[in-house]
Amino acid sequence: MILIVAEYANGKLSKSTAEMVTAARGAGAEGPVTILVLGSGVAAIAAEAARLAEQVLVVDSAKLAQYSPETWAAAIAFVASEGEGKLVLIGGSRSGREYSPRVAVKLNAPLLEDVIQLKREGDVTRAQRYTYLARVTETVEASAPLAVVSVKPGIFAAAQPAAAAAEQFDVDVELPELRVQVTGKTKSQAARISLTEADIIVSGGRGVGSPEGFAALVEGLADKLGAAVGASRVVVDAGWRPYAEQVGQTGKTVQPKVYIAIGISGAVQHLSGMNKAKTIVAINRDADAPIFQVADYGIVGDVQQIVPEMIRLVSKTG
Amino acid sequence: MKILVYVRQVPDAEATIAIVNGAVSLDGAKLVLDPMDEYGLEEALRFRDAGAPAEIIAIAVGPSRNEEALRSALAMGADRAIHVESEAALDPIALSSVVAELARREEATLIFSGGRQADWDSDALGAAVAERLGWPQLTWTNQLKLTGEQLTGRHDVDDGNESFTVALPAVVTTQQGLNNPRYATLPNIMKAKKKELRKEALAAFAVQAVVKTVSAEMQVRTRLRKILQGKDDPAGAAAQLVEILRTEAKVIA
Ligand SMILES: Cc1cc2nc3c(=O)[nH]c(=O)nc-3n(C[C@H](O)[C@H](O)[C@H](O)COP(=O)(O)OP(=O)(O)OC[C@H]3O[C@@H](n4cnc5c(N)ncnc54)[C@H](O)[C@@H]3O)c2cc1C
Ligand SMILES: Nc1ncnc2c1ncn2[C@@H]1O[C@H](COP(=O)(O)O)[C@@H](O)[C@H]1O
Repeated sequence: MILIVAEYANGKLSKSTAEMVTAARGAGAEGPVTILVLGSGVAAIAAEAARLAEQVLVVDSAKLAQYSPETWAAAIAFVASEGEGKLVLIGGSRSGREYSPRVAVKLNAPLLEDVIQLKREGDVTRAQRYTYLARVTETVEASAPLAVVSVKPGIFAAAQPAAAAAEQFDVDVELPELRVQVTGKTKSQAARISLTEADIIVSGGRGVGSPEGFAALVEGLADKLGAAVGASRVVVDAGWRPYAEQVGQTGKTVQPKVYIAIGISGAVQHLSGMNKAKTIVAINRDADAPIFQVADYGIVGDVQQIVPEMIRLVSKTG
Repeated sequence: MKILVYVRQVPDAEATIAIVNGAVSLDGAKLVLDPMDEYGLEEALRFRDAGAPAEIIAIAVGPSRNEEALRSALAMGADRAIHVESEAALDPIALSSVVAELARREEATLIFSGGRQADWDSDALGAAVAERLGWPQLTWTNQLKLTGEQLTGRHDVDDGNESFTVALPAVVTTQQGLNNPRYATLPNIMKAKKKELRKEALAAFAVQAVVKTVSAEMQVRTRLRKILQGKDDPAGAAAQLVEILRTEAKVIA
């Protein structure tokens, strides 16, 4: 069995789940591709998952209403060992990256983190991943009957849902008590288009000058292009933009078709989150800004003069 | 109470990294204490400054260069240090058993283990250690307060951030923005030379790497670098760029 832990948000399966299905099918391990849905009141998620996999396992419990790495890890490890899993695929989201190590320890299995390519031959699991702030691609391998893998979002193509739904099975799992008490929650503003799923990203840095400048230039251009909005750390730290929009080492890693950087200098920590974009466009008034080293196209100039003109031009179609 | 702070010596973000014979070589690269570890250490020091009766022990597992990280930690204010020397690279799951064993021996009640490591781009160590010890974990914290044995704070989660309360013991990982780490002053650097830095051999821990690095490649994507001058004629440059993005790159409609 290849076990995929479903990721979902706002009552819908996330694209990362469909990406993991592609990763699982391409890996070449034996056994049915199985999606595990954890949560409370997740029937609709499970129904969606059933169109992507060969079977769906569901642990629907009030104890899973609140996400916790401890309960998630307990449920996954139980299902993986009962089902004689060969591979356990977990999303490379914040939560996935914090419960996957627990699953690996519980199962006495190796953990291959944030993989961008995955192959399984016999007992050997081989994967590629980015290291050194995404400046290096390393190939790693582990030999074990069962391996836990976290899958970097936005890398594998999303599998398409089938017309027929696979069978679903309910699973009972003994879950530990929660020890961390959540006393409050702030949801990030729902972004118009999710950064990790967007084809076009318009991203702004300190060079836009102010929150108003960000709205006019970055959001302005993004709206015309149907793009997602990203931001540098400086802009997020200054409170101009929500953390959910941050791109980079401590923010999101994105891989869009085109990344348009407006007033961003291109610090290594920022580049590590976007240097895999297919095309990079930069607008910066400093010809020596490091962002131009990684740009395909760009303009050395004032964003206040250049970007409004671009917005005007892209508004005119054809 | 004892607080363990895991530290590592990593290439500076701006350092040039080379691949030699299919493996990353750090020869000649400027190395620093991982900034993520620094946040954890600073937080531990603040707990002690605020009156917590804490002994702060910096720990490192790995090749000799990590001794530098421990020296930096001692100079910032850690009380003593333990270096488990190993030339072999250990993956976080293997490494976590060494850290957990040190925590048991020292009877630690709080462990800081950095955030996303600046070398292996991994954030697995903290959670793996927590699992081995049977402790809860708080990852990506950006605000912490210790009251007796009670830890409260805030951390990032998938869709925003959460405030939390947890009773120690616990493992905590950090995030930029948690604090501004202090600089080591010259007198403290001198004092640090007299602090205990105990060496141990990895052999005593009976661990083996389970994940092995087979090869490494520099991530070089050749970029076109067609950069236009927009100082004299911004509108003209904007028009040219939009045209290029439409017809040449074909990335916008
Ligand atoms: C551990 C660690 C983790 C980090 N993680 C991240 C991360 O995840 N993401 C991230 O982004 N950063 C991160 N950083 C911060 C990073 O090092 C940089 O400080 C940050 O990316 C800089 O943001 P910026 O480009 O907006 O600002 P700046 O570096 O100040 O650049 C602003 C740019 O705008 C240009 N400019 C100014 N005015 C104009 C104008 N009118 N017209 C045109 N151009 C103009 C300037 O020439 C300059 O190049 C991290 C740092 C550390 C230490
Ligand atoms: N935790 C780890 N697991 C597996 N390989 C690692 C780990 N940390 C570093 N490496 C890799 O092992 C090689 C040598 O690392 P080091 O021992 O840190 O010099 C480098 O290619 C590292 O990227």
